[in-house]
Amino acid sequence: MALRELKMAESIAPVADTMEPQSIERLIEENAQAPAALIAILQAIQREHGYLSAAALREVSRATGRPLVDVYGVATFYRAFSLHPRGKHVVSACLGTACHVRGAHAVVGEIERQLGIRAGGTTEDREFSLETVNCLGACALGPVVVIDGHYVSKVGKEKVRPLLDDARRGRVGGRNDGEATSLSLVAHCSHCRASLMDPDHPFDGLPSIRLAMKGPGATGWWRISSRYGSNKRETNSTAPRGTVLSVYCTHCGEDLSDGWKCPACRAPLVSLGVGELARLRVCPRLGCDGHMLDVAS
Amino acid sequence: MISLTINGLPVAVEEGSTVLEAARFLGFPIPTLCHMEGLSPYGACRLCVVEIGEGPKARLVSSCTFPAQEGLVVRTASERVLRARRMVIELLLASCPQSKTIQDLAAKHGVHRQRFRQEHEDCILCGRCVRMCEEQMMAKAIGFRGRGDRRSIGTPFDEKSEVCRLCGGCMYVCPVCELRCTYSEPDKVVCGGCANLSPPCIEKDKFHDMMCFLDPCVACEIEKD
Repeated sequence: MALRELKMAESIAPVADTMEPQSIERLIEENAQAPAALIAILQAIQREHGYLSAAALREVSRATGRPLVDVYGVATFYRAFSLHPRGKHVVSACLGTACHVRGAHAVVGEIERQLGIRAGGTTEDREFSLETVNCLGACALGPVVVIDGHYVSKVGKEKVRPLLDDARRGRVGGRNDGEATSLSLVAHCSHCRASLMDPDHPFDGLPSIRLAMKGPGATGWWRISSRYGSNKRETNSTAPRGTVLSVYCTHCGEDLSDGWKCPACRAPLVSLGVGELARLRVCPRLGCDGHMLDVAS
Repeated sequence: MISLTINGLPVAVEEGSTVLEAARFLGFPIPTLCHMEGLSPYGACRLCVVEIGEGPKARLVSSCTFPAQEGLVVRTASERVLRARRMVIELLLASCPQSKTIQDLAAKHGVHRQRFRQEHEDCILCGRCVRMCEEQMMAKAIGFRGRGDRRSIGTPFDEKSEVCRLCGGCMYVCPVCELRCTYSEPDKVVCGGCANLSPPCIEKDKFHDMMCFLDPCVACEIEKD
């Protein structure tokens, strides 16, 4: 039995051609309180600008009082940081063991061929960057490719061209073709096994997952997006942020918590069955994004 | 004072000393490469391995980083230690065969062959120069970059560092002369390399006010091959 927590990749902002010094300063200030904030600062710059420029690293070194060589060492150590501008669309192909045995190398080769770049490179028109990662934690769904933060499962060579075309049109994970290219979690109640999907109220172009909730002084509905990578949640509860809802199955009325605690806020997680093997756990605290997808094998 | 046993001899050493210091103080030779007096212990080269403990619990540790403990049993030259040490030397030879220091070590420890894929690195990543720059020269001009098989030592962006004072300390302490080959790219040079030894391949006046500790310098011969 292998349990894995999947972390959702944050979407990567389009590359800015010029980095304004003010924005670097602001990002440093926002993160500078903590003494060991170097990685957080670099992550923030990477997130906002898509890469770490030499000027940005020098500015980080100056503002945090750390030697440039340390900042540079950290920036070159982690794969998550890039010292060169990346393309508008970032394609990360998983080459972990599970994806590897399912032919991820052929997929990467195909992407390289289509884009005309090697892994780690960026196309000349700055449209695409291709990188390989060693595991995305979604081993049961491999080969996995993440395009602009959207997980695409079971990618074969033949799927590469349509995927890249979609990405070029900004449609990966978009409303137009969500079913075709993104990972949708079809959830059911773990007690009565009835489907919780609600096609009448789509979120992110996919049927939402509809649940019953009981908050302080009110009962009603709680909907979460079924798109893997989306944290979209809605409820008719007017309770303030931080309130923990009690969540029930809309069919059998059973409480859906199963004893797991939210990794972010320790609230009891709501547990949903996904397919035969997986389990989606979502934090019912209003304002908390905590969640985990367990894939058992 | 801490009492421990080194090679069967009960000894007492001062508190806070490492096993390496204790053994050397008492005259037991332990070869080292990344260790240097005046620099913090780093434990990178593993040449100073010793065996501690007894029976099935005996294990190999790097003596330069292992603190002397009360009742510790240390063997600095057991068969297991010597085997491990020879392997370390063989691996070092595989990556930096041209280093005089490593060749001497190999000769001294009876390593006569090298069974691994031969590489010609100019750095064993022992970190001596990095620690020298930071701890003795208070500069932090060079450091480790990247990771895994791409790990390297150098200045940020491979450019001449603003905090480097061209002291040459990094080259002085280098057991394999990591930074010598930068001579051919004056913009990226840290300390001038072996440039003032008049190698035929470069214009010397670009480097005329720099020091060099590489004597004799073999950089040009290597570069030409």
